[in-house]
Amino acid sequence: MRTIRLNGEEHRLDAPDDMPLLWAIRDILGFTGTKFGCGMGLCGACTMHMDGQPIRSCVTPISAAEGREITTIEAISKDSVGEKVQQAWVKVGVPQCGYCQCGQVMSATALLSHNSSPKDSEIDEAMSGNICRCGTYSRIRKAIHTASAELKGGA
Amino acid sequence: MEKSFENLTITNHGIDRRGFLKGMGATGVLLLTANWSWSQEQQKKYGGEGMPGGTKNDPKLFIAISQDGTVYITCTRSEMGQGIRTSLALVVADEMEADWEKCRVVQAEGDEEKYGNQNTDGSRSMRHWYEPMRQCGAVARAMLEQAASLGWGVDLEDVRATKHSVVFPRGRRRAGFGELAEAVARLPVPTGSAIRLKRSNEFRYIGKEQTLSADGEDIVSGKATYGADLRSVGMVYAVVSRPPVFGSKATSYDADAAMNVKGVIKVMEIEGTMAPSEFKPLGGIAVVAENTWAAMKGREALKVEWSDSPNDQYESQDYRRQMEEVSKKPGKEIRAHGDLEDALAKAKKKHAATYYLPHVAHAPMEPPVATALLKDDFLEVWAPTQAPQAARTHAAERAGLPLEKTRVNVTLLGGGFGRKSKADFINEAVEVAKAFPGKAARVQWTREDDLRHDYLHTVSIEHLEASLSSRGKVTGWLHRSVAPTIMSIFAPDQRNQAAFESNMGHGNVPFAVPNLRIENPGVDAHTRIGWFRSVSNIPHGFATQSFVSELAEEAGKDHLKFYLDLLGEDREIDPRSMNDGWNHGENPETYPVDTGRLRKVMETAAKEAGWGKRMRKGRGLGFAAHYSFVSYVAAVLDVEVKKTGELVIHKATMAIDCGAQINPDRIRSQMEGSCIMGVGLATTGEISFDKGAPKQSNFHDYQVPRIPQAPKEIAVHLVDPGKEVELGGVGEPGVPPIAPALCNAIHAATGKRIRSLPIGEQLT
Repeated sequence: MRTIRLNGEEHRLDAPDDMPLLWAIRDILGFTGTKFGCGMGLCGACTMHMDGQPIRSCVTPISAAEGREITTIEAISKDSVGEKVQQAWVKVGVPQCGYCQCGQVMSATALLSHNSSPKDSEIDEAMSGNICRCGTYSRIRKAIHTASAELKGGA
Repeated sequence: MEKSFENLTITNHGIDRRGFLKGMGATGVLLLTANWSWSQEQQKKYGGEGMPGGTKNDPKLFIAISQDGTVYITCTRSEMGQGIRTSLALVVADEMEADWEKCRVVQAEGDEEKYGNQNTDGSRSMRHWYEPMRQCGAVARAMLEQAASLGWGVDLEDVRATKHSVVFPRGRRRAGFGELAEAVARLPVPTGSAIRLKRSNEFRYIGKEQTLSADGEDIVSGKATYGADLRSVGMVYAVVSRPPVFGSKATSYDADAAMNVKGVIKVMEIEGTMAPSEFKPLGGIAVVAENTWAAMKGREALKVEWSDSPNDQYESQDYRRQMEEVSKKPGKEIRAHGDLEDALAKAKKKHAATYYLPHVAHAPMEPPVATALLKDDFLEVWAPTQAPQAARTHAAERAGLPLEKTRVNVTLLGGGFGRKSKADFINEAVEVAKAFPGKAARVQWTREDDLRHDYLHTVSIEHLEASLSSRGKVTGWLHRSVAPTIMSIFAPDQRNQAAFESNMGHGNVPFAVPNLRIENPGVDAHTRIGWFRSVSNIPHGFATQSFVSELAEEAGKDHLKFYLDLLGEDREIDPRSMNDGWNHGENPETYPVDTGRLRKVMETAAKEAGWGKRMRKGRGLGFAAHYSFVSYVAAVLDVEVKKTGELVIHKATMAIDCGAQINPDRIRSQMEGSCIMGVGLATTGEISFDKGAPKQSNFHDYQVPRIPQAPKEIAVHLVDPGKEVELGGVGEPGVPPIAPALCNAIHAATGKRIRSLPIGEQLT
């Protein structure tokens, strides 16, 4: 048995060292908001935060998560930036199928947490690891600017 | 303790309708018990009525009102990003005067006998279901008004439903929908003549520019339920090792090695079907485990050996050469008029070009996945399927159960694009479930599985020739399209395109050309071919729209003016006169090809994009316009090709005429998404084969656009048809003009013609 800290709570689970966090959290702990897209860290659908940094949980072994604080989409509304990002996503109507959007929200939250006024080039850089096959990119960009304005307005 | 599967964690998607009814019944939910039928005046064989199951407008099927005032609206079409759960529910809500904030959308299980057609493809959902859903909502409104008037003892004419209440203005009385729910349920049903549809100036949601979503909040908080999000205690997880080459079979594998992986509980064979295999599984070895990761590790340990296959020699470069050879000779005639040989022989100027488009994969962000549970002689499936009824039929057959003992619950689809019309992955889940009675069994595809075992978009060679008069008018048009057909998955020896492929921009081109011949030389398929968003319009549209640009250059004319001239005067063309008896399944009388509408989207896109303006060196505008899915779309792309060969798309301007715009925001988002998908297939999209197997396996070698590659701006203009027309499609028709507009823009920027997709490294 091992212990991980997920969304502010400790969870005990039996999983081998090499099991990616994604599968441990989805299949064993039952939090299904984080999605599987590629298994190689190429698409960003599985993005979680580890100590506040975005990680690709499909290639992060659970052994690397011990002693770290993991945050998933299920808890991101408790983060003031995350909440604004979610609201902006809905307001702008970003999601189409929505499958990638939890990962997009996690990446955007990480971006805005350390850069509250990102330029388009910075958005490109921070969000280029997250694929959206429905092609919502122009709305993702717009929603990040919307959330950014909200964050500044609310400060 | 093991929970029953009925206690699955299903959130916010209304999947378990039995639970919903039971639960809501306890708190007093009342289904409208109307058994009402709108007079069916439409032609039976076209449109929604031409589809299996037809359409339904009975409010008892689609609307439930609870005493707390919540209105539950059932969506029978699959949601894959097009927003249909929102858009159809908005139509119902608008007609019944329900407040959108108090509406919840419930997803129907697969049952076409009950609900009418559910096959979510062909850009048909709004086209076929707008009127039935309006009627459904209007009946509900009439019944609510009736219930109130009876309750108050006042004339029906003096009450009206408004904003989730019925009011009697003179008596200053008001009753909420929830208060009326019980009375409504006891009412006889008004007849057709008593039902009044709203006038367009009374709409609250239909046609309004607003951003609403039935699922938006659940999606961004991780609560939305997709195919892999159902859970139950004791559930088993499987991945399948499938034949790398279509048609091969496992000859040996190391089951013991797989079983030695911790968590693996079973290794089992799934029988495959040789071509034509329709939607049956490819076959292979399933590894079943306690979790997905263990199943994946177990599969790695299998070390499967595969038999030879008749498709072992499938190699993309060879196949391209074969198709090119075939395209040099006449093939099956699809349509012809005039004397093309004569026109070509006498022409002052002739031009020819051959275009190549490779296979592409759908690559929905959610790879195929399905869960099945066989318990007490009842099969239940949870799957992201575009074709719930077909999935149900397949699942029932595979389980050896009658349809009524088989239920297919439709989750949200994490993208579909045509891939999830096929039940192969659902069949696999049923096979595993049969080996684990009483337990839920999931089959999860990885990205590698998805790209290696797709029903691929066809590969094609498009050969065109034209003659030009001395004044630069097109006098002769030859288009030979060579591509393996989707029909090859359904029947043996299918070498020619079906009517539903040829009449996607090949045979049915609305050009005013005196001498024309459209041909389709046949070829064999060596892999599974399937529908991919906008289907054969992609190669046909790319070829015709690239060729028109080339001809304009040959004639020394402006592309837009040249294309308008090619269309000729505004007219409504009966598709049958173009030898198109298919016409997207629509009535040729009410769905002619209208060149005036095509002209209008062309002029709109051109004007909005500043067509004709001077561009900096290395930058250019490219144009294309294409009719498909009974809608009209034009696109202008503004691109820059840097000295390094880097391609930057500064702006895409799109104009669509899809008839009335029911949910404008979703039309815009579908155009935006179509643009990105078009950019992707044009720039990097390619699945190529070597020794019978796809070479690509994941997003490193099958690249799709990411945010830096997306156009910096996509401007979508919704064009009013300016006359009474039927609804057109929205989900697909935005795709076909993008690739040719992009390549035409590259030509404008650099002088280089792209005739082979993807663009890849051709600019460096």
